[in-house]
Amino acid sequence: MRSTAVYPGYARQTLIALRTIAWKETHRYLRIWLQTLLPPAITMTLYFVIFGNLIGPRIGPMSGHKYIEFIVPGVIMMSVITNAYMNVVSSFFGAKFQRHIEEILVSPTPNYTILVGYLAGGVGRGLLTGLIVTSISMAFTHIHIQHPLITISVAFLTALLFSLGGFINGIFARKFDDISIVPTFILTPLTYLGGVFYSIELLPGVWRELSLANPILYMVNAFRYGFLGESDIPIQTAYSIIIVFIIISVCLSLYLLRRGVGLRT
Amino acid sequence: MKALSLSKLNKLYASGVHALRDVDLVVNEGEFFGLLGPNGAGKSTIIGIISSLVRKTRGHVEVFGYSIDREPWQAKSLLGLVPQEFNFNSFETVSQIILNQAGFYGITRRAAHQRAEQYLTELGLWSRRNSVSRTLSGGMKRRLMIARALVHHPRLLILDEPTAGVDIEVRRSMWDFLRRINTEGTTIILSTHYLEEAESLCRNIAIIDQGQIIENTDVRSLLRKLTAQSFLLDIDGRLTDAPELRDFHVVPVDESCLEVEVRSDQSLNELFARLAERNVQVVSMKNKSNRLEELFIRMLERPSATHRKPAQVEKTA
Ligand SMILES: Nc1ncnc2c1ncn2[C@@H]1O[C@H](COP(=O)(O)OP(=O)(O)OP(=O)(O)O)[C@@H](O)[C@H]1O
Ligand SMILES: [Mg+2]
Repeated sequence: MRSTAVYPGYARQTLIALRTIAWKETHRYLRIWLQTLLPPAITMTLYFVIFGNLIGPRIGPMSGHKYIEFIVPGVIMMSVITNAYMNVVSSFFGAKFQRHIEEILVSPTPNYTILVGYLAGGVGRGLLTGLIVTSISMAFTHIHIQHPLITISVAFLTALLFSLGGFINGIFARKFDDISIVPTFILTPLTYLGGVFYSIELLPGVWRELSLANPILYMVNAFRYGFLGESDIPIQTAYSIIIVFIIISVCLSLYLLRRGVGLRT
Repeated sequence: MKALSLSKLNKLYASGVHALRDVDLVVNEGEFFGLLGPNGAGKSTIIGIISSLVRKTRGHVEVFGYSIDREPWQAKSLLGLVPQEFNFNSFETVSQIILNQAGFYGITRRAAHQRAEQYLTELGLWSRRNSVSRTLSGGMKRRLMIARALVHHPRLLILDEPTAGVDIEVRRSMWDFLRRINTEGTTIILSTHYLEEAESLCRNIAIIDQGQIIENTDVRSLLRKLTAQSFLLDIDGRLTDAPELRDFHVVPVDESCLEVEVRSDQSLNELFARLAERNVQVVSMKNKSNRLEELFIRMLERPSATHRKPAQVEKTA
């Protein structure tokens, strides 16, 4: 929207609309907590039981830490990524499918407000799930968080980035299948190969190089650095990569909204 | 002041359908305007473009002088839309839907609650405010969409077939409601297939066919263009043959009912005089169809429809 910011009522409308969308999105995942918050809690508990308690002691230490301590940050990150992504993609595609996205499109709400509102839902659910999984992990091991600020900022930026990913996926999705393709074929493999369960130092040369092309590796490692003070890669590189991806995704989302891709015929 | 102005509006869908061809239309502030046309004529496409859900291929749209391209924020703020198809969240309650809509237009929560109560009460939905929207009946859903469209007090309200599938009683109360908000200052554009509705509500109408406006005038002058009307006469006794009436075209419908066509230069007195000459007693009489409907059908008769009567509508300049 051009040249509108000077009109009376613009700022107020935009703020109230933002609050409305953000609350609507938050309310949505809280209302259906059985589908949104409970499953990651159960799955991640199983990871801790199986990999941490049953198999972990046989594996021995990883990068100088007990195996369960090593996997806790990765497992938390995995749930942040999946939940942030799934929240936005399913909510936005659902709104398109049921056509109630039209309520917002017809209103004077600017595109960036729509985007921020949906991201608020994704980031909120991602972080809340992360918090739930962190609390569960306390039952299995006690970790003293080394750099809380890094831990929180990396979790926030990662949730933001994957919420953006979900938004872009939602824009392009035409049928329900389209919202599970990316999580199944891209997100899950990249997360598993992103050093959640192992240090890339264990990998032979070529595989280690290949792993470095996986952006999720940087997020998992930066987050682990926040927890344990230990990382396979430099922390600044991780921040730079996440921020560059965020900037690209924001620009792409706004461009797609402006063009009305998948929204206007 | 022009509430709406469309100029040279064109829409070519990706499928290749040329849905609108150079549509020009002006609706003045305060009007109750009817948009009529057969299925697939392009009514919803026009409405979709005005409300920015459909991208136009070419042309300009202004809402109260604000261009939807250059000043979308102002144009959208002044517009209320009741779409043809249900498009609310079927998991939300009636009041959530209204309150959210108010939020999208920047209305504070407090004002939103007041307005929700006002419009839901006026449209007979207040007792259903906590019902999940998918549990409403079809007619209630239509009314919910009207309440939703009004919550930000739009100056231009566009309704795309709002009374489709609504029972007669509710339809009439919706008419009264729309008439009232029009009198109170809201400009209304109504697309409908019920010509009785257009005749009763609208002062001006445009008829669109195959993406072009083929008529745009006030209802009275439009009805004056009806050069002939058909009447159905119930008669006393039984007929074996249709009576020959000088100057009138008579077709028997059954043994006690006749269809008679009366041109606008003929009077009903003449018709009754002829019938009296033939000793035909008329028990009751009615228009074969609503007058606007008749005109409409005649206007849309296409040359290809060979066995229909030729269109009896004066050409307009
Ligand atoms: N999304 C679309 N993609 C392709 N063609 C479309 C689309 N929407 C409408 N059309 C076509 O455009 C033409 C006009 O359709 P439109 O919905 O505007 O008609 P209408 O006058 O509202 O009809 P109705 O009275 O049935 O609602 C039709 O030929 C229709 O098939
Ligand atoms: Mg239509």
